[in-house]
Amino acid sequence: MTTQVRTEPITVNLGPQHPSTHGVFRMRVTFDGEEIIDVEPIFGYLHRGSEKLAEERTYVQVVTLTDRMDYVGSMLNNQAYMLAVEKLAGVEPSPRGVWLRMIASELQRIASHLVAVGFLIQDLGAWGTPLIYTMREREKILDLFEMLCGARITNSYLRPGGVFMDAPEEFWPAMNAVLDELPPRIDDLDDLLTDNDIIFSRTKGVSVLTPEQMLDASITGPMLRAAGVDWDLRHRDPYDYYDQVKFERPLHTAGDNFARYWVRVQEMRESIKIVRQCEKMIEPGPVRPDHDDVPWLLRPPVGDAYAAIEHSKGELGFYLVSDGSISPYRCHVRAPSLINLTLLREMLVGELLADMFVSFGSVDINMGEVDR
Amino acid sequence: MNPAFLDNSLFRNIYCYLAGSSDSCAERGYDTTLLPAGFEWLAFAITAFIIINIVINAGLGAVVVYIWGERRILGRIQNRTGPNRWGPFGSFTSVADAIKTLFKEDIVPDEADRWLFNLAPILMVFPVLSVLAVIPFGVGTFVVDLNIGILFVIAITSMSGISVVLASWASGNRIAIFAGMRSVAMLISYEIPMALSLIGVLMLAGSMSLGKIVDAQDIPFVLVQPLGLFVFLIAAQAETSRTPFDLIEAESELAAGYLNDYSSMKFGIFFLAEFLATIVASMLIVTLFLGGWRGWDLIPSQIWFAGKTVLVLLFIMWMRFSWPRLRVDQILSLAWKGLFELTLINIFVTAILIAIWPDPGITELLIMSAINWVVFFISIWLVSKLLRPGDYTAPAPRTDRPTYPVATDELPDEVAYTGGTTR
Repeated sequence: MTTQVRTEPITVNLGPQHPSTHGVFRMRVTFDGEEIIDVEPIFGYLHRGSEKLAEERTYVQVVTLTDRMDYVGSMLNNQAYMLAVEKLAGVEPSPRGVWLRMIASELQRIASHLVAVGFLIQDLGAWGTPLIYTMREREKILDLFEMLCGARITNSYLRPGGVFMDAPEEFWPAMNAVLDELPPRIDDLDDLLTDNDIIFSRTKGVSVLTPEQMLDASITGPMLRAAGVDWDLRHRDPYDYYDQVKFERPLHTAGDNFARYWVRVQEMRESIKIVRQCEKMIEPGPVRPDHDDVPWLLRPPVGDAYAAIEHSKGELGFYLVSDGSISPYRCHVRAPSLINLTLLREMLVGELLADMFVSFGSVDINMGEVDR
Repeated sequence: MNPAFLDNSLFRNIYCYLAGSSDSCAERGYDTTLLPAGFEWLAFAITAFIIINIVINAGLGAVVVYIWGERRILGRIQNRTGPNRWGPFGSFTSVADAIKTLFKEDIVPDEADRWLFNLAPILMVFPVLSVLAVIPFGVGTFVVDLNIGILFVIAITSMSGISVVLASWASGNRIAIFAGMRSVAMLISYEIPMALSLIGVLMLAGSMSLGKIVDAQDIPFVLVQPLGLFVFLIAAQAETSRTPFDLIEAESELAAGYLNDYSSMKFGIFFLAEFLATIVASMLIVTLFLGGWRGWDLIPSQIWFAGKTVLVLLFIMWMRFSWPRLRVDQILSLAWKGLFELTLINIFVTAILIAIWPDPGITELLIMSAINWVVFFISIWLVSKLLRPGDYTAPAPRTDRPTYPVATDELPDEVAYTGGTTR
């Protein structure tokens, strides 16, 4: 005979001050025992009004705002914004600048995935060791950025039509050294983490999302590819010179936390391949168009433009409206972090408290981009 | 007074210096008498006070050193320096932390049950300190050699579960309640395999006294009882809530678990009890399985004991810093489906071997150890087959192209991901 124990749901407020909410994110979660029965996400604790501030700045000054949206993927943000500006103003970018920004953004993608993987393992409860290993590799990439533009996190490296400064001589050997070092490090990560029974048993089959669900919610990026949908803007709608490089798109069919983690690890390997190809293709020349053609103070014709890139977290798009003045009339960001979070409830309800932050981390969000 | 106390050389020297005229001291050839006859109780009280002070302060000192060592080693494991500012090699960092903790404001939340809230830290640290009383640290260096030593250890350490529940309930904090629920499930589950894993040692030594168990280890029991050590090591980690099993204060889930509302020295006491519990658990492992203070005579027995304890601690740290946490259902199934069976196998095999060789000498022990190691590997293999997560069946890297709507009509379709497998 089984007896039914009457239990009472308990509502807990997790965040905004919580060690694993990846910033200031707040969730009101209702539990039945350890099981989640309801989630109510509350956004807005890091709202800085970046989109509004963009209306007060010139087109070049807005670059600094994009840096601070997703601060682990600044180069990628710069790239998406610059594509939108070039489309709006009709700027023809100079080839060397485009190759340089492709190199920079692929390096940034590796760095961003390293952060995502490291913090996912941290959310699983490891005592920081895998996190610090991934951070160590990220440091080397940040050092490369420092050589490129003098900044490590908030790069502001890109300008309309290219980049603001050519890479120094020492950059290329340094980049090659990093690229030589990275694959064995990623293999180490695979050995230490992917084959780890604890990680595998904790992430397998947790927070499964079907491709239909994700397409309905317009989720993009590694999350979508982890469910087997071959959707990568670099391949579907190539921007910059991505149609000239060859790379593979890692796909997984499970759509669970493990698949999301696995796809990210594989994508780092592909990014290394892309950087190597870019390095072969790049040729000497100006890194941005002549100042007379593309002045610092851009005045794009009246109109609007949308440009999107495959950010490390999904499709990052900038929608710019110009009224012919020196600053955008409207700047809207399609932030992958925010849109990937929309299925949070579907992911979490029915899972356990312990898996909650793991699923949350597997989305790989960045609060700077969610709230902007 | 129980004459067993006089086996402790320090106790004997102090006590008999004060009250040498008492019978038990006179038997051992003491004749100095500071206190008049009839004041043996006072001598006992003074001696006990001194000894207790020495043991407790040594324990707390060990915690300070251990925290520093753990930070340094955590730094090394994590490819960084660790504390290195305050004192040589940063060794005063723990002292600075202790002073800082002392001077923090002591906050009791409004919703807290004040009485239980204050009682919980004391209940937490008391059992851990009590266990120190029965551990033999060296030849003649122990507080008392209880004839029911193991029973005492198991009984008194199970109190720590109560204090966690008290702390979490008395805090009046919902996140802490989760920790309390988990601690009830986990600590109590793991006490069973922990107690059962020691039965093999008891059978081999024929005594529950920790001193006698050390005496019986002509070869360290780790050779004869590999399964016992394996289970005890895991269960002890769970009982002290070290990382693969740190459900109770799971930082990434529950912030600080039951410690959420504790501040100042009450937090410090919990912290101290947790680290001291780890040290005590390693001391028990050394005593029960690694031959205790025994070693070559060139080095004093106390140093042997300390050295072995440090080795076990290093191993525990290594586990702690390498692995992520298990989920609560996985932890419980590990205890009930895995460790519990392993202990039963161990008891069964050891009982048969003891029935064959009731009073084992070194040769018999070596034969036993050979058999036990075979049993160890077979049973671990069987249980891990049972508990391992199944492989992915459906999901493998996908080669066929899915038929979802796409942005452009012409796609470079020749690129298909082929490299890598999931498992």
